[in-house]
Amino acid sequence: MEILDLTAVELGERIRKREVSAAEAVEAVYDAFRERNRNLNAYAAFEIDPARTAAQAAQTLLDGGGASALAGVPVGVKDNISVKNCLTTCASRILQGYRAPFDATAVRKLRGAGAVPAGTLNMDEFAMGSTSETSCYGAVRNPWNVGHVPGGSSGGAAAAVAARECFCALGSDTGGSVRQPASYCGVTGFKPSYGRVSRYGLVAYGSSLDQIGPIARDVRDCAALMDVIAGADPFDATSRTFPDAGFLDALNGDIRGLRVGVPEECFGDGAEEDVKACVQEFLDELRRAGAELVSISLPFVRYAVPTYYILATAEASSNLSRFDGVKYGYRTEHYHTLEELYVRTRSEGFGKEVQKRILLGTFVLSSGYYDAYYNKALKMKQLIVDGFAEAFGRCDVMALPVSPTTAPKLGESLSDPLKMYLSDVFTVPANLAGLPGLSVPCGFDRNGLPVGAQLLGAVGADALVLNAGHAYQLATDWHTRKPEICRPPLGGDVAERQRGEAVENA
Amino acid sequence: MRYEAVIGLETHVELATKSKIFCSCGGHSAKGEPNTRVCPACAGMPGMLPVTNKRVVELAMRAGLLLNCQISRYTTFDKKSYYYPDLPCSYQITQWFHPICREGSVEVTTKDGARTIGIKQIHMEEDAGKLVHDDWTETTLVDFNRTSVPLIEIVSKPDFRTADEVMAYLEKLKTMFRFANISECEEGAMRCDVNISIRPEGSEELGVRTEIKNMSSLSSIRRAIQYETARHLDAVERGTETLVQETRRWDDVKGRTFSMRNKETAADYRYFPDPNLMPILIGDDWLRRVKDEMPASVEEKTAEYQSKGLSAKEIASLTAERVLCDLFDALISSGREPKEAASWILTECGGILRKHGQVMGELDIAPEKLSRIMEKVSGNEINRAAGRKVLEAVLYEGADPDEYCEAHDLSAQGDADAVRQVVLKVLDNTPAAVRDYLGGKKKAFQALFGGCMKELKGNGDPQVIRALLEEELAKRS
Repeated sequence: MEILDLTAVELGERIRKREVSAAEAVEAVYDAFRERNRNLNAYAAFEIDPARTAAQAAQTLLDGGGASALAGVPVGVKDNISVKNCLTTCASRILQGYRAPFDATAVRKLRGAGAVPAGTLNMDEFAMGSTSETSCYGAVRNPWNVGHVPGGSSGGAAAAVAARECFCALGSDTGGSVRQPASYCGVTGFKPSYGRVSRYGLVAYGSSLDQIGPIARDVRDCAALMDVIAGADPFDATSRTFPDAGFLDALNGDIRGLRVGVPEECFGDGAEEDVKACVQEFLDELRRAGAELVSISLPFVRYAVPTYYILATAEASSNLSRFDGVKYGYRTEHYHTLEELYVRTRSEGFGKEVQKRILLGTFVLSSGYYDAYYNKALKMKQLIVDGFAEAFGRCDVMALPVSPTTAPKLGESLSDPLKMYLSDVFTVPANLAGLPGLSVPCGFDRNGLPVGAQLLGAVGADALVLNAGHAYQLATDWHTRKPEICRPPLGGDVAERQRGEAVENA
Repeated sequence: MRYEAVIGLETHVELATKSKIFCSCGGHSAKGEPNTRVCPACAGMPGMLPVTNKRVVELAMRAGLLLNCQISRYTTFDKKSYYYPDLPCSYQITQWFHPICREGSVEVTTKDGARTIGIKQIHMEEDAGKLVHDDWTETTLVDFNRTSVPLIEIVSKPDFRTADEVMAYLEKLKTMFRFANISECEEGAMRCDVNISIRPEGSEELGVRTEIKNMSSLSSIRRAIQYETARHLDAVERGTETLVQETRRWDDVKGRTFSMRNKETAADYRYFPDPNLMPILIGDDWLRRVKDEMPASVEEKTAEYQSKGLSAKEIASLTAERVLCDLFDALISSGREPKEAASWILTECGGILRKHGQVMGELDIAPEKLSRIMEKVSGNEINRAAGRKVLEAVLYEGADPDEYCEAHDLSAQGDADAVRQVVLKVLDNTPAAVRDYLGGKKKAFQALFGGCMKELKGNGDPQVIRALLEEELAKRS
């Protein structure tokens, strides 16, 4: 068995038993990057020296008896999470060459637990997108079919985990950016309750919605990562410590009597038949494991997408205003006045999707429009928060699809952005209400593309959500399926063939 | 027709906190080489988050209490967006929707009497950096030291009628804020925007308003108000120009205001609540604590010191600086006598500071050390001259009074027995001088006295030596 077939927790066990060293683990990931990254373009960069140094530090920690579940395990990091002295570019031209002068709190905690930050993962520019096509490094491809997108914005992370190019990764989720690519790539992704994980060092998109979250092979790996990265941080005023703790220990797989709410709105015309069928199977499996299914209604969900795109873009327009060419990153070569410096730097440095969202956000905050858009969206957000709180009086968790569809073909979504925005309908409510949300693989559509099911919990019920997902994975093996692309003989030829098919189909 | 000026002030005051408003960098803006008081947070690096310095909130509350404001129980930080190279995030964190204080007032006194000036609101915000233009290389550089230094902005109502009232108001704020440890109010730490219009006396309607931005010296503010009022009068009475509502800049050299004609006046700042900072809830307990910790005002201190028997001059000197009051109070509570304490602070410490080219406000001494010196002097362990010497060593060498006396053999010098031994020794060793003195040559006393002083290495108390000499010489006559 190849080392990269191990889950993060399994690898951690082997490392603690001295069967594998931290150095071997990081070299295995680096080899996978060098040999196979061209297939999927999952990585933005892989700077091996700092990864090797981190592996050495991890080994020292291990030799000194400091043995957390993830000690020695390499963890890929999305390109918008700061890793000290490493490139942190948000897949944007405007941050070309930018190296973070500090570790994000989540990364600092990884190091503290002996995990090894290794490689930065490709993404949609500034996490704005659902397909990982807007990256300045080029589009990421779906390991199950390279003619399709891996989802986004953490598409590099999901694709790399699925294709065994890394063990597990940190992504970020502002409107579904962890859960949706996890679903499209057949891996497990978790967005924690808002405030559960510090945002310090995460390059902000929508500050009131952003959360760092794990993407991994299974729920156990996600729980192990959560054990490391969760907790209040004095450097993030919105972070909190919640009463429950010990996510990995809490995974007992017992969901007897768990009330699983099934929102009727999420199983209507909006979702593809194959997706609905797979998620229905998922529900049946939960029932077989002892859960009780409860039909519920979330009428406010239809307002979630417009609310989300007002709040997220408003905050983004402000968060991204610091990229002005004055201090770091890209600066235009052609300017005479300060205004030219700003306008040209930003016009040349930001891609189209980012510019579109900055403009949208600037508009909704303009005087005269503030009340009609931003303020109204804030009120709607509160109604969604209240609506969920009420619904969680009737159930413990909710189950619904992650996305109405499976992974679309490359190029398809950007030509119809409204459709792309609307496809976030099942993921953005959790961000607006600050809820924990888990995406687990639950089957394949007729074209062999993965389908994901989503579990949502009340704010702070992260452990409960993870345990429900774990119970499902104990009973099923979807999460162990492996795309053809990473079966020997490795890489190349499968990718070439699929690429060829994609061209023929197009 | 007689006209009156209608003037409103926006006063920015830099708070005297140890650290900046949203990070742990040192708070004092003026100190340090360019870009040495800056961290990833106040430089606006990607991924950095602001965390509110609680002290800033407390000092803003304190200012609000001094200006008789209502303290908001729910207050928020908001973002104000505009592009300028000295603003690292391209937005300033300020308070727009829910400022911390509202509806206050302050009484100002001029030669024409006392008037009450209304305070519309006080809000907290971060300062911006500074641009430095280098004419030699024709470049502009940015210094972020001042970025995120905490400010409060005090917005007055348009209640001023004369430049004198404005001066009295600013002087009063300065004294109050210095004394309450809210701000050091030094050069540049207090900056004003002045709004001016004129109208016929008795009219309720306001004229065309202009705003003069960012002045920090009192004399500039006075001259700018006088100039601008005259300009408005000329325009209205003689039709010299048409007034437009605009922002103007005061040129101190040319002595006039200029239209800024920049786009900033028409800017849309797109204020919205900063999602990184949770709303601040001010509960009864917190408010009570801030009230309890409010340092006594100049008036309260004056009354207190009068009751302790200090002179008007001493009181005025002590209450000129908060640090002096704090030191005095500490000396009193450790049992020192008020008149003595005032004298040691003002005369002895003051003298030594002057000698070193410093002013009273810079006095920095641990009260227990000064108290110990005073104790040694009043207990005759050392004499006052030696006490001064110890004091100087404490102030400028960080010495410990007891150790210093020990090491420099000062402790014995005030002791009459030890001095007597020296006197006897000198008398025995210079019989000629003793004979001369006893023979009527009174000048010989100086030689004997000098001998004793020399023996005591200059540390003797002249009065004590003189008395002992006379006593011992009398025995030998």
